[in-house]
Amino acid sequence: MAVSRASANRLAGARRTKSPALNLLGLPKTAYRGRPSTLCKGCGHDSISQRIINVAWDTNLRQSHVVKLSGIGCSSKTPAYFLQGSHGFNSVHGRMPSVSTGVVVANRGLEVIGISGDGDTASIGIGQFKHAVRRNVPMTYIVENNGVYGLTKGQFSATADNGQRMKYHGVNELPPLDICIEALAANATLVARSFAGDPKQVESLLAMAFRHRGISVLDIISPCVTFNNHAESTKSYAWGRAQEVVLNTIDFVPETDTIEIDPYDDEIEVQMHDGSWIVLKKVSEDHDPTDKNSAEDLLETARTEQKFITGLVYVDESQADLIELLDLTDTPLAELPDEKLRPDPQALEAINRSFMFGASLEPAS
Amino acid sequence: MEPLNPTPVAETAVRHTVNDFSLTVATANGTGSQTSNLVLLRTFFNMGIPVTGKNIFPSNIQGLPTWYSIRLSKDGYLARREGIEILVCMNPATAADDMAEMQSSGFVLYDDAIPLAVRRDDLTYVELPVRDIVKSFNVATALRSYVGNMVYVGALAWLLDIPMDEIRRTLEWQLKGKAKVADLNFNVIQGAFDWCQEHHVNTAPFRVARMEGFNEGKILVEGNEAAALGCVFGGVSLVSWYPITPSSSLAEYLLGALPQYRLDPDTGKPTFAVIQAEDELAAIGMAIGANWAGARGMTTTSGPGISLMSEFIGLAYFAEIPVVVWDIQRMGPSTGLPTRTSQGDILSAYTLSHGDTKHVVLFPATPQECFEFGHAAFDIADRLQAPVLVLSDLDLGMNLWISEPFAYPDQPIDRGKRLSAAEVEELASEWGRYRDVDGDGIGYRTVPGTPSQWAGYFTRGTGHDESSRYSEKPHDWEANLSRIQRKFETARSIVPAPEVVQDHGCACGLISIGSNHPAIEEARDRLRRRNIDVDYLRIRALPTNETVSDFIQSHDLCLVIENNADGQLHGILQWEVDVPARQLVSVRLCNGLALTAHWIVEQVLHHRQG
Repeated sequence: MAVSRASANRLAGARRTKSPALNLLGLPKTAYRGRPSTLCKGCGHDSISQRIINVAWDTNLRQSHVVKLSGIGCSSKTPAYFLQGSHGFNSVHGRMPSVSTGVVVANRGLEVIGISGDGDTASIGIGQFKHAVRRNVPMTYIVENNGVYGLTKGQFSATADNGQRMKYHGVNELPPLDICIEALAANATLVARSFAGDPKQVESLLAMAFRHRGISVLDIISPCVTFNNHAESTKSYAWGRAQEVVLNTIDFVPETDTIEIDPYDDEIEVQMHDGSWIVLKKVSEDHDPTDKNSAEDLLETARTEQKFITGLVYVDESQADLIELLDLTDTPLAELPDEKLRPDPQALEAINRSFMFGASLEPAS
Repeated sequence: MEPLNPTPVAETAVRHTVNDFSLTVATANGTGSQTSNLVLLRTFFNMGIPVTGKNIFPSNIQGLPTWYSIRLSKDGYLARREGIEILVCMNPATAADDMAEMQSSGFVLYDDAIPLAVRRDDLTYVELPVRDIVKSFNVATALRSYVGNMVYVGALAWLLDIPMDEIRRTLEWQLKGKAKVADLNFNVIQGAFDWCQEHHVNTAPFRVARMEGFNEGKILVEGNEAAALGCVFGGVSLVSWYPITPSSSLAEYLLGALPQYRLDPDTGKPTFAVIQAEDELAAIGMAIGANWAGARGMTTTSGPGISLMSEFIGLAYFAEIPVVVWDIQRMGPSTGLPTRTSQGDILSAYTLSHGDTKHVVLFPATPQECFEFGHAAFDIADRLQAPVLVLSDLDLGMNLWISEPFAYPDQPIDRGKRLSAAEVEELASEWGRYRDVDGDGIGYRTVPGTPSQWAGYFTRGTGHDESSRYSEKPHDWEANLSRIQRKFETARSIVPAPEVVQDHGCACGLISIGSNHPAIEEARDRLRRRNIDVDYLRIRALPTNETVSDFIQSHDLCLVIENNADGQLHGILQWEVDVPARQLVSVRLCNGLALTAHWIVEQVLHHRQG
């Protein structure tokens, strides 16, 4: 039985008073850092990177078995800013989901963290996003959502608010796409939303996502300090703090027992695929995150009211993920020995025989 | 009924043409003629006759014209040939045009339901009461048009003297395990044979006869199936693809073959995954992801898919990620002619994606070579850490070809320069992903999951230094690109070498690629009969090497023969080889059909004079 993270830290702290706290792998949190961020000071994306660092350290992730993938844009630069020991892949715009799919099929032993933005996911990448969700690719899919193209200096994305004003582009007359609604419509097995300025909730959701069996879609409202932080934008800090409706709070407790979800009134424990537990507490609304209909209602209502629902919107641990559906060998495909990848000469002889002149003279097999 | 030919010629007076003619079956697609056509083709193959079959089909499911042309060639020529000696006319819509294509003194076997209003005097017409014959066998209504196609098999057996036992054996083999269906079909074939025997006098000079010396030891297989099997033996682990003619059958053959040959013997579980992606962008993205993570991923597509994959291929080129792409070329530009053959993707494949990009391109010519490149492409991609595009075409991919059998790979799987955890630990901070330690332009890579704190690095399509850190410095950019150029030079000695079919110091040399090979070989024989000898080099891959430039420079005239409108290979060779323009001449045709020896001979004669 593993020692809990908190007590391990306490023990480490007690033994070596001035040393930094170590996780169960014996690593300080600084080992999970990345290169210095080149994003604007105060960018919501940087606080999300910090949350990933914290949770990766907290949950003792082995960096050699984590991959960080992204598309193109401000958000997609961030994988360079956390988990320096992991392989990172800054791919092409809107196509991180397909690359992630190939990676996890090649090596089922990897923990895949995909970082995307609202342009990368909801505009250019909406197709790949929805198909990765539909396939239940085992990964954590984080959308750092600010409703604006930052890297190209301030154009509307598909999540921009209806009526939003931009310096050179006037008023956006189109309704925004809601990433959580899109995910749910594509049969996502974990959908959550949070706010980059709410460290506790983001960390809880991340911890849960890392343990989820299939795809976890985390839509994290992440204000752009440069192009989209005026008070009337729904993605500004001011708006976010004022409008956030906290859906439920989640405490993550590593454990190994398993139970099933039963109907509940104010609290439910949901078991993750790896056997660990999460405790869901309903706060302001009576929301059951395992009930898809009410998840949909919740999101639709919130959209109408222009409010953020934060917290766990939907989770379903019963669905097989892509790797299970493909029924792959337990050994990752990338680690199979050559003799399992190349049939022997006898197999080729039989193949040649079946096409060979005179083959039809042989009795049918 | 009286014989339809009023003045039958006694058979003894006829000089028979044996195993050396072409026949075309004209039907509408969706009528189920493929079984009949394949029974004919395979029967000829089994009789030892060199034979090729070409399916000319529409981009449609039912009701549009389809032709199946079978060429028998006692001399072993497998190329397409102009002219038809025998037409099986089952489609009223194309009857007039089909007859116009026929050689003088040809024979037309036609369904009596087709009103042949205009007839040529120089052709002989053989009427077949298809409906009546089928009716006499109590065939279910739904199956009548399918079984009706067996009527022409019987009629051809009568006309060409195909032994009935050969047909029966092929039919049973083709319809393995469906004895009842085979019986019914054979009865119709026999019925048609008997009807012809009774009602017609055979005046045709064409005959088939069992022969020896060509088909022994050879196989009959489609290029796409050969390619799929090659990939299976190359250790493919992820096939991500999107349906497109004419490459879909390659993926579908993989779907069939992988579960047969690649289940883990210990667990019975697949050592592979096949994913039908949502589009070609996702297909190539998945394949690149798999290769980046250390497994062999591939995709298969055709022209429109190649266009869509362009951006991702540029990423794989610049981030130096192996990936294998099969392009079964069809006619472009745009949607073009999806069911007609072409070699129009050479230039776009070679330079696919924006910026300065150049890729390894392979050109298989035969099913045997499709198999070889099927596995070799993965080794080349891994060794060069780069995309490899294999350019087959519809003609090679979707038709059955007589080929040398597949050869087992003579080298073990080669994953190129990959560092294990122990190796990267030893190097520690010395290791840089894109550092050119060996001077061949190829760095050492690690894959995710390598248990070492030193293994991780950041892959990007943005500017980077040799440790893969983001860089906008002019020096880093230049150094990186010149190293990739160096790698491309290394590629010249890694890719399949050209085949110098003949270099006798002739004044004229031919250069070509892929499925043009049989037409060129036949053309050279025809030219030799006119006392014209031409040398021939077959390019098997880009980039080329010194053998190609030496061949070009040592001939007064080199004709670059290809099946596209722009002379794309010619353009690339002009770019790569320092030679006066008049010495290297483009010879090209682009009409949706495979090249013929006749056309090549004409071209050679024309350019030799010019």
